[in-house]
Amino acid sequence: MAELWTTTLWPAAWMVIKILAIVLPLLLSVAYLTYAERKVLGAMQLRKGPNVVGPFGLLQPLADGAKLFFKETVIPQNADKFVFLLAPCLTFILALVAWAVIPFADGVVLSNINVGILYLFAISSLGVYGIIMSGWASNSKYALLGSLRSAAQMVSYEVSIGFVLVAILLTTGSLNLSDVVHAQEKHTWFIILHFPLFIIFYVSGLAETNRSPFDLPEGESELVAGYMVEYSAMAFALFFLGEYANMILVSGMITTLFLGGWLAPFGLTFIPGIIWFILKTCAMLFGFLWVRATMPRYRYDQLMRLGWKVFLPFSLFWLVLTAGVLQYTGWMAN
Amino acid sequence: MSFLDRTARDWLLLELVSGMALTFKYMFKPRVTLNYPYEKGPLSPRFRGEHALRRYPNGEERCIACKLCEAICPAQAITIEAEPRDDGSRRTTRYDIDMTKCIYCGFCQEACPVDAIVEGPNFEFATETRAELMYDKDKLLANGDRWEVELAARIEADAPYR
Repeated sequence: MAELWTTTLWPAAWMVIKILAIVLPLLLSVAYLTYAERKVLGAMQLRKGPNVVGPFGLLQPLADGAKLFFKETVIPQNADKFVFLLAPCLTFILALVAWAVIPFADGVVLSNINVGILYLFAISSLGVYGIIMSGWASNSKYALLGSLRSAAQMVSYEVSIGFVLVAILLTTGSLNLSDVVHAQEKHTWFIILHFPLFIIFYVSGLAETNRSPFDLPEGESELVAGYMVEYSAMAFALFFLGEYANMILVSGMITTLFLGGWLAPFGLTFIPGIIWFILKTCAMLFGFLWVRATMPRYRYDQLMRLGWKVFLPFSLFWLVLTAGVLQYTGWMAN
Repeated sequence: MSFLDRTARDWLLLELVSGMALTFKYMFKPRVTLNYPYEKGPLSPRFRGEHALRRYPNGEERCIACKLCEAICPAQAITIEAEPRDDGSRRTTRYDIDMTKCIYCGFCQEACPVDAIVEGPNFEFATETRAELMYDKDKLLANGDRWEVELAARIEADAPYR
């Protein structure tokens, strides 16, 4: 019995505890990201934002959550029920599982696998399925059009994200995300080495998470709410949570890949790494909100032009440049 | 040269950066929001809100049942019935305003020869039932008593412009 405990039960329980330690704060930050978004948008539009529920409106996310929780989940009559309900779950789960490989601090990572970047890339590509499934299963023309737009957009921008990741991979010589951060410790943060890639990755991240100015899939003026038009209550809430969790995930990825993860800038090492990680991620998230307050929505052909005719050639060019420089100077990591 | 200039600006994302700088600057400007139930915006003396029937200072009601307001009301929201009172003066026995029909045009107060029916400064008279919006004479006179100070001040403030 004791052996069973030490070999199987305890490691499993420990893993569950670790997962909860990541997921619960993540859900909390998703809730407060919606609050922060409304506050930041409000401030930039000279409004106050939510300020009635609780002090400074701090309980607003809880009130919103409770509202969504107690509403009725309406399933359209012609919808494919199973797929219709699977889609939001898939979106939400995929937004969470990606966190398994993000290093929060030195050695503080749920699963320190050697294919971390590949894993992230795969998970973010899978995100399209939730959207396609929801659009298809809703059996509604608006949802279908929205999901097609969204899928096309995500696939297009994933290509340049892929090239950005390959350039990072070349520079570090490892797919392990902790190694990526260690490489930045050894040389310099990749935002300095690969600044154009940082911009491309950030903008592609906006497109990947269907955020403004690339929020065409939910373009309310023409598609009502895009692929989630038929969803209500908890099913909608899962999409919503998934979308915001994806924003946090992309910010975490940018932090890890370009901003040196847990590394302290200016030698401020007395502040623990995890705090730096959170601060950097928050700064990136603020950028998401800031962009939303600033930019008007792109037209669809402009979106595609930017993805295929600007980002793709440029990231390819930068990739070749990186490879050439590394090869020529012999700095290529082994 | 202008081509080079434009291309350089495009590649350096100058327009995006200046736009972002603008929104960032706005984030620190003072809010323009009024915290409504606690703060309210200014109201003109001509603001046309909830109706009221006024009285003379001696307590006699002003309305003489001339029915000019009923006649001019474009929404036909006013219903008046009148007959001579015991002392021989002409008074209304019924003065109803259907507030759900009223379009708040203010014609009734313009038409009134004795400043009896007026639209007051009150705009917060939402009710939970439709029936409560069918105002009768008692309700209107009660409004007049309640708002008289402000109603008189508003009429005086607006008098020079009439």
